[in-house]
Formats: sequence, structure tokens, C-alpha cells
Amino acid sequence: MSNADTGIGASVKRREDLRFITGEGTYTDDLNQPGQTYAAFVRSPYARARIDAIDVSDALNVDGVIMILTGADMAADGLGDLPCGWMVKQKDGSDMVTAPHPPLATELVNYVGEPYALVIADSRHAARQGAEAVMTDFHELNPVVNLASAAQSEQIHAGIPDNRAYDWELGDKPATEAALAGAAHITRLDLINNRLIPNAMEPRAALGVYEKGTGDYTLYTTSQNPHLERLVLSAFVQVAPEHKLRVVAPDVGGGFGSKIFVYAEETAVIWAAAKVGRPVKWVADRSESFLADAHGRDHVTHVELGLDQSGRFVGLKVQTTANLGAYLSLFGSAVPTYLYGTLLAGQYRTPNIYVEVQGVYTNTSPVDAYRGAGRPEATYVLERVVETAARELGRDPADLRRMNMIQPGDFPYQTPVALVYDIGDYEASLDRALEAIDYQGFPARRIASKDQGKRRGIGFACYIEACGLAPSQLAIQLGAGVGLYESGEIRLNPTGNATVFTGSHSHGQGHETTFAQIVSDKLGIPFDDVEVVHGDTGRVEFGLGTYGSRSLAVGGSALMMAGDKIIAKGRRIAAHLMQASVDDVSFEDGKFLLAASNQSVTIQEVAFAAYVPTSYPEDLEPGLSEKAFYDPKNFTYPAGTHIAEVEIDEATGEVDLVALVAVDDFGEIINPMIVEGQVHGGLAQGVGQALLEHGIYDEQGQLVTGSLMDYCMPRADNLPDFIVDTTITPCTHNPLGAKGCGEAGAIGSTAAVMNAVTDALGVKDLSMPATSEKVWRILKGE
Amino acid sequence: MYPFKYHRPTSLEEAASLYNGSDDPVYLSGGMTLIPTMKQRLAAPADVIDLSGIESLTGISVKGDKLTIGAFTTHAAVMASADVRKHIPVLAYLAAQIGDAQVRNRGTIGGSVANSDPSADYPAAIVSLGTTIHCQNRSIDGTEFFKDLFETALEPGEIITSIEFSMPTRAAYRKFPNPASRYAVVGVLVADFGGSIRVGVTGAGPCACRASGMEKVLNDNLKPAAIDAVEVPDAGFNSDLHASAEYRAHLVKVMAKRAVAAMLEG
Ligand SMILES: Cc1cc2nc3c(=O)[nH]c(=O)nc-3n(C[C@H](O)[C@H](O)[C@H](O)COP(=O)(O)OP(=O)(O)OC[C@H]3O[C@@H](n4cnc5c(N)ncnc54)[C@H](O)[C@@H]3O)c2cc1C
Repeated sequence: MSNADTGIGASVKRREDLRFITGEGTYTDDLNQPGQTYAAFVRSPYARARIDAIDVSDALNVDGVIMILTGADMAADGLGDLPCGWMVKQKDGSDMVTAPHPPLATELVNYVGEPYALVIADSRHAARQGAEAVMTDFHELNPVVNLASAAQSEQIHAGIPDNRAYDWELGDKPATEAALAGAAHITRLDLINNRLIPNAMEPRAALGVYEKGTGDYTLYTTSQNPHLERLVLSAFVQVAPEHKLRVVAPDVGGGFGSKIFVYAEETAVIWAAAKVGRPVKWVADRSESFLADAHGRDHVTHVELGLDQSGRFVGLKVQTTANLGAYLSLFGSAVPTYLYGTLLAGQYRTPNIYVEVQGVYTNTSPVDAYRGAGRPEATYVLERVVETAARELGRDPADLRRMNMIQPGDFPYQTPVALVYDIGDYEASLDRALEAIDYQGFPARRIASKDQGKRRGIGFACYIEACGLAPSQLAIQLGAGVGLYESGEIRLNPTGNATVFTGSHSHGQGHETTFAQIVSDKLGIPFDDVEVVHGDTGRVEFGLGTYGSRSLAVGGSALMMAGDKIIAKGRRIAAHLMQASVDDVSFEDGKFLLAASNQSVTIQEVAFAAYVPTSYPEDLEPGLSEKAFYDPKNFTYPAGTHIAEVEIDEATGEVDLVALVAVDDFGEIINPMIVEGQVHGGLAQGVGQALLEHGIYDEQGQLVTGSLMDYCMPRADNLPDFIVDTTITPCTHNPLGAKGCGEAGAIGSTAAVMNAVTDALGVKDLSMPATSEKVWRILKGE
Repeated sequence: MYPFKYHRPTSLEEAASLYNGSDDPVYLSGGMTLIPTMKQRLAAPADVIDLSGIESLTGISVKGDKLTIGAFTTHAAVMASADVRKHIPVLAYLAAQIGDAQVRNRGTIGGSVANSDPSADYPAAIVSLGTTIHCQNRSIDGTEFFKDLFETALEPGEIITSIEFSMPTRAAYRKFPNPASRYAVVGVLVADFGGSIRVGVTGAGPCACRASGMEKVLNDNLKPAAIDAVEVPDAGFNSDLHASAEYRAHLVKVMAKRAVAAMLEG
């Protein structure tokens, strides 16, 4: 049997899309339970206030309202705080300072939209009416909104001076400062990485069910990692013990990181289900999503890059203030530290690097991982400063990068910021990208634009990123609260088809297709005979979910290991069936072969024998189901070059992105079409950050961009036809040779676009997004 | 959304009597503005009077040198109308710039004009295309219709029934869209009525208006460059997240020049 059309490397159409595009998907809001009630959250209208009194008497009189629960009720039930899952150590070795984060606020509210009570009612409408009728006496306090001055502002949390959660560093400070002191040239830049609001298509939702008879809880929710959700809810919040809590993440309409975290809402919903004795459902509307989903990015950075006479990078110093929002979200501490500082070597042999990061609380929505999570911020800093250095020195930006790149012979390469890159060929991607954009032809295109009243610019980003956070032991030493492995299980059924269980979770990535391709290829069974199950702690043994582009490299590798175990056991069964020695049996394309006699049995026959052991090895357990946990030895390191070309309308300041090339090295590719789709989506988000998106709070801490009428998401007509291509250096330490492609688009493109915009304008910097008015003011000479 | 009573009258008389009999009534046309406001709980009318059942409000007709569009006619219908394309192509072009396909399929010209959103597109045409706004019992000159931010000459309960347009010899509309909402940050319509130039501006100020200064220079010298000489002060202009008053004033000139150029190119 040949799997050429469906195996590894084939652009199989996504099998899940049929249900998605025909409206047959099952999202959390599609699920309903008999006797279901509805929850509405009562949220803070103020960025910072003390709650003096909550009067629920009017609300309880609203028709249909069943129960009103406040933060005090939750505290009385002994529920714990929402934890931060990564303990960052400060410069002086002490632990970061974490403010308590009760799911429902009790005495103080610290950002607009923070929930402090929930109203449960017979209908969604009644719940809303009830929420509006809750009367709260607030004593307003001065909010801390501005990131740059947050340390000098009023203290938000008791016991946390300067509003600082941590002061963290990585790298050799004296060596870096010495290198900069001896540098022939230093390029300095002050950068702002704008706050983004994720806006997954499906808003967050939760449906909590409690079975009185058994004491079992089931939470259906929009999660990227249901097992982690269960772990946090049982171990930290202590809603229910792990074995009595099932978390199901059914079809999920996009996450981009924002659905990794355990939020107040699902916590309250599952707790309330037991209190009300009826299922409780909550679905966010878009306005709630804007206010209460974790936001992304939001850094202020000063960077200095030192170069020697020849243009070699000798030292890089980065000082960043990262906005953590009002509370530390689940991975909010790790994103601007371990997922940021460690990436600052980029693709270059810079020998001395030092980074310090101040993590700061403000009265804004918590900030956490958003597509790329730390790596886009690192790439932005590094690739903007490198491009600026090239301009200052009058060097070709491609050449300057090239002379500093880590060479194929340098791997494994130990960076000065902790990581060891296993493999890469950075010039290969750069060369391919230069060709794709027709770099030679750029000067002529620039002149042609000029003749039409347009300014043309070109910008590069040669990024590196790290996927599949690993290995577990090292991460835990560095502060991670959980391991970073993944589980995979393959059950061959008696009739020879396979049910595959993965701890990864697909919310748009296409795992049901890709993982079926892997198993089909590995075991030589038809693609259509492989079913992929994910997103249910009741069906999948364990898992850490999907984020950080880890699913294929880690989850896919677990399936490869499970497949090896299936084959190993299958060989013993096959040897018995063919009356041969196990050592003589080989496996290929779904057949166990005996080379000597040209005999063979199919894997389906072996599966049948395993369940109907008429003739079976004596010392072997029946059944053919195997599972594996794969714990990666290292990160994977996708890398590539993105090049953007923009045209700026001199009359209006409008920036038109006319070309965007992305050449990425994702290692081995399972499904090129899905990879291309992932890159397209990522590029759109990266461009969105550069040109359109900005989460803005006013001085009072009110979110000004609280709707899609004001927060500008990228749309198809904002984007050119992307030119995407790949180069391949296979990952050296996982069985698939795969690296991960989910975030790269959003990691490289932002810096490339901004480099192109600043090139066109001939300025060192302008803050993102490069809106037409900002650009117009620069053109005007302001 | 708060609870409300829904009505679907089939005549203007019935609509008016429903309106007069309610404490807090509102007319519903395409609902593209009203429904989102109600969903966000920013409006809580007691009675919603849907105009979709009144047949006389829909349709496009040509009589002599006037083209008349019923208030309930959707943006999509205006875009697609052979009569509009033939007699006032700029109006079909303008309608095509509104929002997205869903909005154009539901939103109506009457709703847009009655609403007087400062950044809506149609108002630029209403003030510049020699229009008459017909209501049940009276008619209002298009240049006197818009009063202020979301304020018009309509009396409470008055229904726009149709809008009558004069036919320019040539005209063009240029819009600088808000990148997020796609409404007009600034929109300028330039129309030539046999040598008499009219310029309608939307987006810049609290409501659409004619730009008499520009009309004057263009009447003397119908060239994009003529606009350069016009001062567009930004006093009273809108200023928001997406554009300052100063930038809007600048864009008015740029869009006007582009509209003139487009009109001359035909
Ligand atoms: C996403 C989005 C994008 C949009 N983009 C644009 C854009 O780019 N440009 C643009 O111009 N508009 C835009 N709009 C607005 C759209 O054109 C609306 O259709 C229009 O503003 C209102 O028309 P409607 O028929 O939907 O009116 P409705 O929402 O039904 O009513 C609006 C108001 O007018 C009143 N009203 C309605 N009809 C009459 C009548 N015949 N007589 C008296 N009063 C009446 C109603 O009582 C109500 O107060 C957009 C809307 C959305 C949702």
C-alpha cells in the first residue's frame, strides 16, 4: 500500500474543515445541558478601586435570577487564587513578587473588566439584567496605567514596592559592557512593543456540570490545554480533586495563546454549578473578550548594539520594562523573560549579550502569551537594531547580517543567553528570500514609486525562535511549574483501524489531519482508518496542550514513539503467526515481513490476532495499544528570513504593504499546505501589529479600543499575496525532524515591516502601529 | 438587548400612529446601526417599529432629470441599480464603499441619512447632489438636512420616505476609510452640474456640509491643483483615536484633489 497522497509530506486537505465550514462544528456554546442556567459576570467599571459594599438585593429580585455569588462567597468556600505557573528568580536570587489573584475580586479591583461577582439565572437575559442591578459602592483610587512611569506611581498591590514583580537578568553584564566600551560603533534604539488584544474568532466560553449523585464535575471550556486547566483547577484553585474533574475542550475557534490560561470565568462557572445544583453556562461577548482576555506584548525597551570596525557584532545590551497587567497570568512571568531574553542572540554570533527585564504591574488587563510569546518581542528588538546599525554604517542590511550569522559548521551552537541551537542554515533562507523579493530590482522599484508620489522601502528580519519548550527538568529548574513533555497513544482496534489520543489540542492547527498522516505513515494503515482524539481529559490520558508551536515536535514525536512500540509488539505477534524468530521479522508499509521466505502478515491481521488470540505468543499480553510520553531534549529552533516591501503615499501617509516574503526553516514538513496556512495566519498577525493593531488605555485606565470598530484587525485587503517558501535542516533530536511552524509568521514579519517603513521614511523609528497619521506627521517633518 | 415590543406596520399612517402611541419608540430600517446599539445595551426603546413592511419605501425610479430612491432601499440595491449607474454613477460607487457586503445588503439609504453619523458616506452626496429629502408631510432641501452630530431636520416621528437626486454631468467621490470600521475618516464628493461645481464633505466635522471655498476656486479653475490655494481650517473638526482634526483637514484637501482628478479623468 502506498501512502504517497496521505503520508508524511503530502498536502492532505484538512479533514476537520468540512465540519467547520458547514457549521457542523461543536463549540462550547453549541453544547447545552438539561436544566442549564446562565451566568453573567459583574465587572469593575474602574481601573482601580476599593469595593466598599455590594448590594445584591435588587438583583435578586430580577425575574429569573437564581443566585448571586461574590468574591467573598468564593473565599468562604476556600477556593484558592489563580496561580502564575512560572516562578522567575530575580537578579538577587529572590523569588519574584506575586500579587494574590482571587478569581473573583474581593476588596480591590485592579483593572476595568475584572470580575467580582456572578449572577446565575434561568436565561442569559435575566443574568445580564441581574448583573446590571448589582449595586456596588466603589471608592476610586488613582490607577497606574503608563508603563514607563509605573515604577514611580502609586503602589497597586500591598507588599509590592515600585509595582515591580521582578527585576530579572540574563547574560554577562560586565563582559557585555566592556565589549560595548571597546566597540568601534554603537547603535542605540528606544522601542515600544505595542499592546495587542488577541481576538480569537470564538470568544471564551464555559459550561460547568456537577453530578450530585457521583460528585463528578465536568467543565466544557475553550481551552488550548484541558489537562493543564484541570491540574490548575484541582491543585491550586481546589475546585474539585483531579480524579473527579473532567475538562473537555471541544472544537475551539482559535486561541493564539489567549486560551492557554486558566481564567476567573471558567473557575467560577464550575464552582457555581455545584452551588446551584444545575449546569451553568457562560459565553463571553466580544466586548468582554476585549476587556478580560489576556493581552499580548507591551514592552518598552532600550537596546545597544556594539560593532567592531569590520561590522562584527561585539556586544548587545537590552533593557526592557514589560507590562504584566494587574495580575500575573499563568505564564505572564515567563514570556518576557525566558521566552524573550533567551532569544536575543538571534541568528548571530554576538559573543556578549546582556538583558535585564523589569516586570511591572499596571491597572490593565493581565498580559500573557500571544502568538509568538516573547520571541516576536526579541526579534523586534534585535532585527530593528541590526537594520539600524546597517543604515548608520552605510552597509547593506543583508550583507551585515550575513557576516554575523552563525554558520552551518558552528552547530551545536551555545549562545551567550542559555540556549544551544542544534542546527540551522540561516544563509540558505536569506538567499532564497533575497531572490524571491528580487532584491536586485529594488532600487529600480524605488525610483518607479517615487515617480508616482510614493516612497518605497524594504526591510528584513532574520529571526530565530524556539519551539517546544524543553526539556522538563531544565525548565522546572528555571521556575516552570509543570513538565513540558507530551503524551501520545495509539490504539489499534481489532478490525485494524486506529484511534489515536494526543495531549496536544487543535484549535485551528489541523492536528486531526497531520497527526493522522503521521500515524498512517508510521504504521502503513490508510489515512481514513486513523481517528485523532484530543481535548478531553476523560479520554486522553494526559497532556500539556498546544502552545509555543510544540504540538508536532513534541506531541507528534510521542506518537512516533507509541508507533515504535506498536511495531515492536506487532513483530512478536507476527513472528508467532509466521512461526519465525522475532529477529527475522521486519516492518515496512503496514506489513511484517519475513525476508527469507517472502512471507508476510499485515498489521491489520496482527491487530486481529492481538484481540482474538487464537494463535498467540504465550508470554505476551493480548491487545495492541501503546502509549508514550515524549520529553524533548532541547527546544527546536525554526529560523528564517522575512522581507517586506512597502509603499507610502506621500499625500496621506498610508502604508501599503506591497510584498512580503517569508522563507522559513521548519525542519521536516508533514503537510506543506497546513504549514503554508499557518505561515499565512502568522504573517497577517505580524503585519497587524506593525500597521494596524493597538490596545490603548486612556489615563483613567479605560480601554479605548474596546471594539472592532476601533481595534483594527488585519483583513485580506490589508495584505499582499504572500510569497512563502521553506528551506530544511531537520531537527536533530526528535524522531520527526520537525521544528514547528505555528508562530514564525508573527515572529519575523513585524520587524521586517517596520524596517521597511522606517527605510521608506528615512527615520530611525516610529512607534507601532505605523498608522497613516503618524507617518504623515513624519513626512511633514514633525 | 433589553426587551421591547416589535411592530411591522404596512403603511406610513400605521407607522406614525404606532409611533405616536408609544412612550419610547424607534423606527427600524436596515438595523445596521440601531441593532448593534441595542445589543450593546446603549439603547433601550420600548417599541421598535420596523419599516420593512411598507412597500412604498423601496425602489428606485427616474422621472425627467431626477432620480428618486426609496428610503428602505439597501446600499447593495443602489450599487447594483442600472438607473443609478446610468444617471448618477458616483452614487453607485459611493454605495459600494460602505462597510462590507453584509452591511450593504441590510443597511438602507434612509437609515443612513436619518442617522447623520458624522462619518457616514451618503451625507456627502446628500449635500452636494441637489437633493430633496421627502418625508410623509413635507420635503427638506438636502443642504439643510444635517444639523449636527447625529442630528437632522427631522421632527420626532417623521419618516424619510424617499430621496430625490439631481443628475450631475459628472462627479466623483473619494474616501479615506477608517482602517478598523471602514467608515469615512473623510469623504469628499465633487459634482459638476453643467459648469457649476458642488463639493460635499463628510467625516471631517460634526455633520456633512458643502465646502463653499473649494466650490469657488473650482468654478474658476477646475483642476486638482486649484485646491492647493484653499485654506481648510480644522476648527470644529472631529478628533479621535484614528485622526486628529488637523489630519482630517489635510485629508479633506487630498480627497478633494483626488475626486477632482477622478472626475476629470471620467
Ligand atoms: C460594520 C459596519 C460598517 C459600516 N460601515 C459604513 C461605512 O463605511 N459607511 C457608511 O456610511 N455607513 C457604514 N455603516 C452604517 C450603515 O451604512 C448603516 O446601514 C446606516 O448607518 C444605517 O442604516 P440602516 O438602514 O441600517 O438603519 P437603522 O440602523 O435601522 O436605523 C438607523 C437610525 O435611523 C432611523 N431611521 C431609519 N430609517 C428611517 C427613516 N426612513 N426615517 C426616519 N428615521 C429612520 C432609525 O430610527 C435609527 O435611529 C456601517 C455599519 C456597520 C455595522
